[in-house]
Amino acid sequence: MKELKVLSIVVIFTLVLYWGVEPFAHSQMHKHVEFNGFAYNGKSDIEQLDEKIKKINEEITELKNSGGKDIKTKIADKEKELNELKAKLDDTKKFWAEINKVPKGGDAAAGKAAIAACVACHGIKSQGMKAPMDPNAAAAAYGVNPPDLSNAGALYDEKFLIAFLKSPTHAAHVKKLAMPGGLAGDDKNAANIVAYLKSIAPKEITPKEAFVTACGRCHANRYGKWTQIGDVPKTKSNIKTGQDIDALKFKEKVADYQGKLANYMGKLPPDLSIIIRARSEDFLKTFVEDPQSQLPGTAMPRVGLTKEGYEKVISYLEETGDPSKPKREATGPWVLGFFVIFSLLAYGWYKSQWKGLK
Amino acid sequence: MSNRRDFMGMALGAFTGLGALGALYAAKRTWDPLPSVKAAGFTTIDVSKAPENVLITEVWRGKPIFILKQSKEMVEKAKNRPISNNSKFKDIDRLIKIGNDYYMVVVGLCTHLGCIPDYRPEKENFLCACHGGMYNSSSDVIKAPPPRGLDIPPFKIDGTKLVLGEEGPEYKKLLADGITLPV
Amino acid sequence: MAHFDENARPFSNKWLDERIGINTLKRVLSTEYWIPKNINFLWAMGMVLAATFGMLLISGIFLLMYYIPDTKQAFDSVNYTIMSQVGYGWLWRHIHGVGASVVFLIIYIHMFTGIYYGSYKRGRELIWLSGMLLFVVFSAEAFSGYMLPWGQMSYWAGMVITNLFSGGSLHANGLVEWIRGDYIPGQAYLGRFFMLHVLLLPLVIIGLIVFHFGTLRLPHVNNKDGEEFDFAAEAEKYKAGNKKESKVIPFNPVFLSKDVFVMGIYFIFFFYLVFYHFEFAMDPVNFDPANGLKTPTHIYPEWYFLWSYEILRPFPTDPGLIAFAFAQVIFFALPFLDRSPNVAPANRRGIFKFWFWALLVDMIILTFMGKVPPVQPWSNIGLVAAVTFIALWILLPIITKLEKKL
Repeated sequence: MKELKVLSIVVIFTLVLYWGVEPFAHSQMHKHVEFNGFAYNGKSDIEQLDEKIKKINEEITELKNSGGKDIKTKIADKEKELNELKAKLDDTKKFWAEINKVPKGGDAAAGKAAIAACVACHGIKSQGMKAPMDPNAAAAAYGVNPPDLSNAGALYDEKFLIAFLKSPTHAAHVKKLAMPGGLAGDDKNAANIVAYLKSIAPKEITPKEAFVTACGRCHANRYGKWTQIGDVPKTKSNIKTGQDIDALKFKEKVADYQGKLANYMGKLPPDLSIIIRARSEDFLKTFVEDPQSQLPGTAMPRVGLTKEGYEKVISYLEETGDPSKPKREATGPWVLGFFVIFSLLAYGWYKSQWKGLK
Repeated sequence: MSNRRDFMGMALGAFTGLGALGALYAAKRTWDPLPSVKAAGFTTIDVSKAPENVLITEVWRGKPIFILKQSKEMVEKAKNRPISNNSKFKDIDRLIKIGNDYYMVVVGLCTHLGCIPDYRPEKENFLCACHGGMYNSSSDVIKAPPPRGLDIPPFKIDGTKLVLGEEGPEYKKLLADGITLPV
Repeated sequence: MAHFDENARPFSNKWLDERIGINTLKRVLSTEYWIPKNINFLWAMGMVLAATFGMLLISGIFLLMYYIPDTKQAFDSVNYTIMSQVGYGWLWRHIHGVGASVVFLIIYIHMFTGIYYGSYKRGRELIWLSGMLLFVVFSAEAFSGYMLPWGQMSYWAGMVITNLFSGGSLHANGLVEWIRGDYIPGQAYLGRFFMLHVLLLPLVIIGLIVFHFGTLRLPHVNNKDGEEFDFAAEAEKYKAGNKKESKVIPFNPVFLSKDVFVMGIYFIFFFYLVFYHFEFAMDPVNFDPANGLKTPTHIYPEWYFLWSYEILRPFPTDPGLIAFAFAQVIFFALPFLDRSPNVAPANRRGIFKFWFWALLVDMIILTFMGKVPPVQPWSNIGLVAAVTFIALWILLPIITKLEKKL
């Protein structure tokens, strides 16, 4: 039929248009980042360094071919940079090789005995150990509030935690971090502490707990009423002045903490209320796995979430950022069904009206 | 042919009407109060430190709430005063007993048209400036036009505290007895 | 003069006819508004557009109830209050967002249908011109609406587009500040674009729609062959019962029945997008709150502005602005640039056939290039496409002048 031919032309042009402005354009805008399935073995760290070394080598060749003034000093600068990178690459390779050798499954009882090294700064609420300082005081001392360790074993990868205890900056893939390395002693002892943390980890943790533990000390979530120092408390304004003094006091504490955090991180980490709609699934996954892969130079540490831990965090982010999803999915079929039947009836009407006209 | 034509057109019209109803339902839900408005419908008030015969104003769901701790004499009067001429209830039944004390706890909006009546402690009564309605110190009407005494908000007694917005057994009894209307 | 039957029942047909001429209205606007029979579903796009505008209007009304035009609260009033607190708020927002995008798809189909079948010629110039005015006001409506969620894209699109008014090396910064009411897009800016979006521009659009319909009534709708015939005579045939031979059908109910069917199919597509595929219309970048101190890595307009944006982008500032201005107004001139006497579908019009498809393909290429980052080879392709666009319009009077009379 002629009309279907016209329709197919319209549809084809529309689809081509869509392909161009969505999949094609986005493939040009965002670089592809390999996803490693939340395996923490230094693979992406090494790849990134290899990439950088390759680029510098190319720059040096280009410089050598170009000639011109003060070329020697420029080349010397680049070569110095190159050597630093090479040293870093060797160091990274060595670090992860050692980590990959540590046998899994430490001795939890031995770990429990060694936990004193941790609780000097961290609380473990579930075991009745309170944090030594409140968030503001802790941020004043360290730049950021050290996390409570109650849920750490449930969310983070075992190998990652061992690496983290050995050298936080290597594991987190950042230049600096408040926590010093080597506090756990040797690799075996680190594995014991990790085994202990796994042993005390609750079987079920809620999405919000996962978010609070993994993200919540640096990122607020105002739609979830979460600030970096805790839930926004319920307060009441003074009926005569209209002012809510408790809320103001809390805001001041948050502002104080955020100021310290911003100094520590270089900028205030963004509120994550609606990040689920601001970033693609692919971005979030690869970014959490290794922030440097998407934002080179970022101060955000790799946190070492397992796949399950990541899914918990994402489900919380969906709760706050896209809460209409369940309703949307429930309503959709009804509305579409309605218009399918509507079209059938309309087709019947059209056919009856046009009968005998042609 | 004409019959069938009409039938298809009408079937389509009716079905479209069905869709319009669905859209109207969504529109109605959009007009509903937000969950945050509903969640804010609870206010806790500690009445233990209230002085006698001094009107305290609080806010619940944006409305003024009057709390008046009754003196001994006021309680005595209320015990003897019937709510209306042929009622089996007395004014004392309108008051809320917390510990050993009696309190008048009402929504401070005149039941006539919603103005805020003024309390006059020396006369122990309320006067509404809008249309001249008056209430006594246990908030019953003593002068028209208000059709009934001031409404009692849903409450629950929690020690010396009142939780407004929650329905405790005392409030349910007041409702069941018809002493107040649901707010 | 007028005669009023005293026995007519209030609001009966007769009663209404004596007062507002209801029978005449019905005849003129519906049962004896004659439409050619020789048409296809593309002729339903006008009604589809009206329906989409209706969807935008209704969803907009509900969004307006909770939207707060305040730079500090706008983002959360949309993304928190409307999306998660208001009952079905998310539905209105998705309808509004998807509708704003899809309405342009249909406008473009409607426009290119008109170009293909020559529906802007010989008595139909005002239909084309009023339609182009609608396109421009819809563009302004879309742009002003895009400001309202006050996300990163709102802010930076506002910054970039208002900067266009500095006129390149004219440095008319005073004009830019006047448009913004501030040195940067701020509270004054949001307030005025809110007003434009919810009041002034919708009023203008409604007025223009009425005018657009009005321009259609006397010249009548074109048909697939551009054939000219006597509507009165054909109408007589139809009324006499020679429906098969008559070349016309009444708008209501015959044409309408087909329109409604096309609308049904369209709404399946529309609501599929609303529920399952809305990301294309609601850019992720705009879910980051506006930040005047940080430009997003990639900024680009919504897809329907990309072709004209790409005519601006590959040139240096001043020529770019001139090319951009050219692209904005040149479609208005179409009825006067087309010098051919023929009203016929493009495929029967010789070189014009190639001109039509070249223009369509060129605009699609411009659209693609408008979104990708300005790096090679895309920049060069964009430049060639932009030059081609201008060349096509310069060639139009020449090739249509050469066209043989059919």
